[in-house]
Amino acid sequence: MKLTNRAANINRDPMTFGEKIYIPAIAKGLSITVGHIFKKKATVQYPEEKRPFSPVFRGLHVLNRDEEGRERCTACGLCALACPAEAITMEAAERKPGEEKMYREEKYAAKYEINMLRCIFCGLCEEACPKDAVYLSETVMPTNYTRASFIYKKDDLLIPHPHKQESK
Amino acid sequence: MQLDIAFIIEKVLLISVILLGSLGIAMYATWAERKVAAVMQDRRGPNRAGFMGLLQPLADGLKLFFKEEIIPDRSTRFLFILGPALAMLTAVMTSAVVPWGPDIVTDNGVISLQVADINIGILFIFGVVSLGVYGVMLGGWASNNKFSLLSSIRAASQAISYELAMGLSLVAMLMMTGSLSLREIVEQQHGFWDNGYFTWNFFKQPLGFIIFLTCAFAELNRAPFDLPECESELNMGYHQEYSSMKLGFYLFAEYINLFISSAVIATLFFGGYNFPFMDEVAAGVSPILFAIICVMALLTKVICIILFFMFIRWTLPRFRYDQLMRLGWKSLIPLALVNMVITGAVILWVIK
Repeated sequence: MKLTNRAANINRDPMTFGEKIYIPAIAKGLSITVGHIFKKKATVQYPEEKRPFSPVFRGLHVLNRDEEGRERCTACGLCALACPAEAITMEAAERKPGEEKMYREEKYAAKYEINMLRCIFCGLCEEACPKDAVYLSETVMPTNYTRASFIYKKDDLLIPHPHKQESK
Repeated sequence: MQLDIAFIIEKVLLISVILLGSLGIAMYATWAERKVAAVMQDRRGPNRAGFMGLLQPLADGLKLFFKEEIIPDRSTRFLFILGPALAMLTAVMTSAVVPWGPDIVTDNGVISLQVADINIGILFIFGVVSLGVYGVMLGGWASNNKFSLLSSIRAASQAISYELAMGLSLVAMLMMTGSLSLREIVEQQHGFWDNGYFTWNFFKQPLGFIIFLTCAFAELNRAPFDLPECESELNMGYHQEYSSMKLGFYLFAEYINLFISSAVIATLFFGGYNFPFMDEVAAGVSPILFAIICVMALLTKVICIILFFMFIRWTLPRFRYDQLMRLGWKSLIPLALVNMVITGAVILWVIK
């Protein structure tokens, strides 16, 4: 019974003398492998030569600042809610008077942690954020030796202050 | 009996040069093998250690030296150590009878570029090659490991079966040369063209050459006949329990064998150190320079044969055990016998 039309017919005739002496087959095989000498190499010489990322590549997270260098995050918790891997934790705090240059809104994230071992880099946090505070960059997560080092704190995530960087 | 000091010094020098040379060539054969494999699979191969990865063999050797050496508890300790030593020993022993170049005739005497010109050179090679089985067999047996033992049994049966066909294929050639001495066989292949036909034995014994080459593949335990180290069936083969430099010696002995047997094939079938128009060259240059050119010619042939071995390894799939035995006993031995009969008939009625 034929289930599909894809079945290939296999020739099960006994081998002819030409096939049995095997040498033509060796010559044919050699011509194929020797032909590969002149083919293009598939290797990418990694440290010297890097392949460009796709434009939609999602890498390590960054916490954004606005033009004046104030943190955008208001610790609303939407990213943590959207996260399917439950990798994000945060603690909110109220902005004190005199801290207007550090935080944009009255509430800010005192603690903001992403566990990179749990994160699946889906980008849902980026989509959930109403304040454009969290972004996925084009950096591949670096390796490390301890589990603790994979829990990225706020300091690890925040992008550098634009004005402080200029003064450096 | 008087000791000839000059003679001993000359031979010791020659032996050390040949030994070091074959070690060096074997080292770079591992590099070449990886490069050939890479090129055939559209990769690049080792290219980090030094220019084009040329320091890679050194790095590999150092790595093997510094690894921890483990001798299994239940192994037969003496034989376990003897195995790789024997493999290495038999690998380099064959180089003694290969003539690497013509005699250098100087005012003070004749310098021979062959360690020992014994009149049974080919028999010596066969003897040493059969001894090579002991290295594998002892190693596999002394490891006290089922897989190693199975693999060494395979290796032994394979080597013994193919030695028969190898010997028979050479008998036909020896009927033509009439001598077992490798030096004489090479000298009969002088030049390239003589009396309206090629002088090289390859053109006189093409069938014998193909049989010999196939058997050489089997004797060397190389693909497509590398059943003794069949990873998919026997984990790793007879050297599964070996570590550190003892493993290194096994692997290294294989490459020395490759080099030496390529030299033997070049000597027997491709005229050894002879090359076309060698008489014209000999008339033009000094004897020492001529000898160097001859050695280079031999090495070029050897390297071509080594490359051919490697191309084959990365082209053909491994034979199944029964296929291997069928090829050896049912095809190659009858073929070698037929070749012998034909050669005999030709010598008897055609050449006279």
